[in-house]
Amino acid sequence: MNVLRIVTLVAALAVVAAPAHAQISDGVIKIGIMNDQSGTYADLAGPGSVVAARMAIEDFGAAKKGMKVEVLVADHQNKPDVGSSIARQWFDADKVDVIIDVPTSSVVLAVNQIAREKNKALIVSTGATSDLTGPQCSPNAIHWTYDTWSLANGTGSAVVKTGGDTWFFLTADYKFGHDLERDTDAVVVKNGGKVVGKVRHPFPNADFSSFLLQAQSSKAKVIGLANAGADTINAIKQGAEFGIVKGGQQFAGLLVFLTDVHALGLEKAQGLLLTESFYWDLNDRTRAFSTKFAERHRQAKPTMAQAGVYSAVLHYLKAVEALKSDDGPKVIAKMKELPTDDPVFGKGMVRADGRKIHPVYLFEVKKPSESKGPWDYYKVRATVPAEQAFRPMDQGHCPLVKK
Amino acid sequence: MTIFGVPTQALFGQLLIGLINGAFYALLSLGLSVIFGLLNIINFAHGAQYMMGAFVAYFALQWTGLGYWPSLLLAPVVVGLFGIVLERTMLKRLYQLDHLYGLLLTFGVALVVQGVFRNQFGSSGLPYTAPAQLTGGYNLGFMFLPTYRAWVVVFSLVVCFATWYVIERTKLGAYLRAATENPTLVQAFGINVPRMITLTYGFGVALAALAGVLAAPIYQVNPLMGADLIIVVFAVVVIGGLGSIMGSIVTGFGLGVIEGFTKVFYPEASNTVIFVIMALVLLVRPAGLFGRAT
Repeated sequence: MNVLRIVTLVAALAVVAAPAHAQISDGVIKIGIMNDQSGTYADLAGPGSVVAARMAIEDFGAAKKGMKVEVLVADHQNKPDVGSSIARQWFDADKVDVIIDVPTSSVVLAVNQIAREKNKALIVSTGATSDLTGPQCSPNAIHWTYDTWSLANGTGSAVVKTGGDTWFFLTADYKFGHDLERDTDAVVVKNGGKVVGKVRHPFPNADFSSFLLQAQSSKAKVIGLANAGADTINAIKQGAEFGIVKGGQQFAGLLVFLTDVHALGLEKAQGLLLTESFYWDLNDRTRAFSTKFAERHRQAKPTMAQAGVYSAVLHYLKAVEALKSDDGPKVIAKMKELPTDDPVFGKGMVRADGRKIHPVYLFEVKKPSESKGPWDYYKVRATVPAEQAFRPMDQGHCPLVKK
Repeated sequence: MTIFGVPTQALFGQLLIGLINGAFYALLSLGLSVIFGLLNIINFAHGAQYMMGAFVAYFALQWTGLGYWPSLLLAPVVVGLFGIVLERTMLKRLYQLDHLYGLLLTFGVALVVQGVFRNQFGSSGLPYTAPAQLTGGYNLGFMFLPTYRAWVVVFSLVVCFATWYVIERTKLGAYLRAATENPTLVQAFGINVPRMITLTYGFGVALAALAGVLAAPIYQVNPLMGADLIIVVFAVVVIGGLGSIMGSIVTGFGLGVIEGFTKVFYPEASNTVIFVIMALVLLVRPAGLFGRAT
């Protein structure tokens, strides 16, 4: 009896150990780009992220190196249930190796669980919740481009330091908005400011007049917009109509993408302070990348979310090449081991908690007179060095980080 | 003085804001009611036609330099013609069939139109500014009222009541109502019923386009602007009573106000409150507040 048991155990171990041989599953590396292809967040990530992923595969030279890489695309409609079922379908039936991009924090956290359960990889570029490298961190996931902590740290502290010390939050009523509000609230209070009120609006929301009126009567100096995409655009646009800025109050866009500024027009967006980790006009490498991108995507310059997808796919493929395997957690571990270098963020690294590190910039939106043409929208107000741009590892409560 | 911890002054502001949003609900549900009441078609393309109205205003400005005022006339005409073509070529084949076919067709048309616009113009929307005469605003003491919003309320009230008057109080309206009751008999009196129905559909669609032009300076000109709104508007129509002209006007404004107050007292519920009311109304009065049970 005992002998039989040992034999069974050995056999079972052999089966478990078998996939550990270095290899690419089915001979194809399958990258799934999951994002909002048609709704509120489609312009800032959406089809542009797919273009960015394809560019990364070409620039990496996958075909020349004999690596077969396929890109799958799905629209999660910003709904966690839709995102979850796509993720399961991709991992179980379509043999997808890594899911990349994923806007909408509620979807991010749902997919994060599934990637871990199925032992696959997840790289988040557009999603924002800083919980992904905090309590929810996972050996299967990397948070690539930015997070709610870095946004709060960039815009929040800059605004408080220039005198905006009383805040009113307009918050999108879901995980992302709550996290962004929480992280910014902490930064405001830490810098000696005060939060006088907040209102949580449905997501997505078209009419902000009622909420703006509440913000107006709060007499706060700064109205913090803890939302994104079309919500932010509508809030700022209608804020101009209700004379918010003329009345002496100021907007702080806590997450504003280049496409949002493009949609608003400089007339309405000028003077807005915002934090991003990428802008097309930073240096020669970003300009060259962005020109190539624009040629393939309706002449639009990439947002940081789309540029992040490019950078993430490039580094993922480097790690797969070095490892000669596309096994989820192993590639993620390899990605943390290898230093990063690409036209988007320059040199950087991935921390043990899954946080990709690079500098973050505080931008100010130009006046119409300062802009030389379409997409010439930002000037750099400050650069936050990589080491200070993201939450220190010991404050994130990530179980992967040894105390 | 405060009510439930909110100063009354702030409540006045919210009341006014509610009326403004209600103006859009009223204009859109009016068009839907006219179309349903007279054609028995549930026009799911209404949101897409509202969006097209806003886009026509945008194109007029970009391509020909025609500003807001001409667009108020131009957009309803252009989109109304689109509606007429749609009715002539497709919808008229469905009158003999179940309501569901009309619903499916118009829903399909809406998806196609929205898809094409989104593919072409993205989802962030395009900027459109209010005309110079309507920028700025008044300080009412309890709130800052943008001139443009005041204009929207007044203008839609006028359009709503003009429509109501034409349908309920004039000879033309009497023909229309008679034609829905008994088309054969009305035709026997020498009235061209098919043409009248086509024009009615065109008019309903034009109302949607007009609302689109009114909305353009407030929201972005966005391919999805109608998709978000149409569901709420349908709830408004159902509450008011399908096909009731006065019902859709009154409930449009009324629900705008209720939604506005919800945004103050419990903002998280502001996008569901209308559906809760719809469920309650359907329980008590299945034909809607102003509908006649058949």
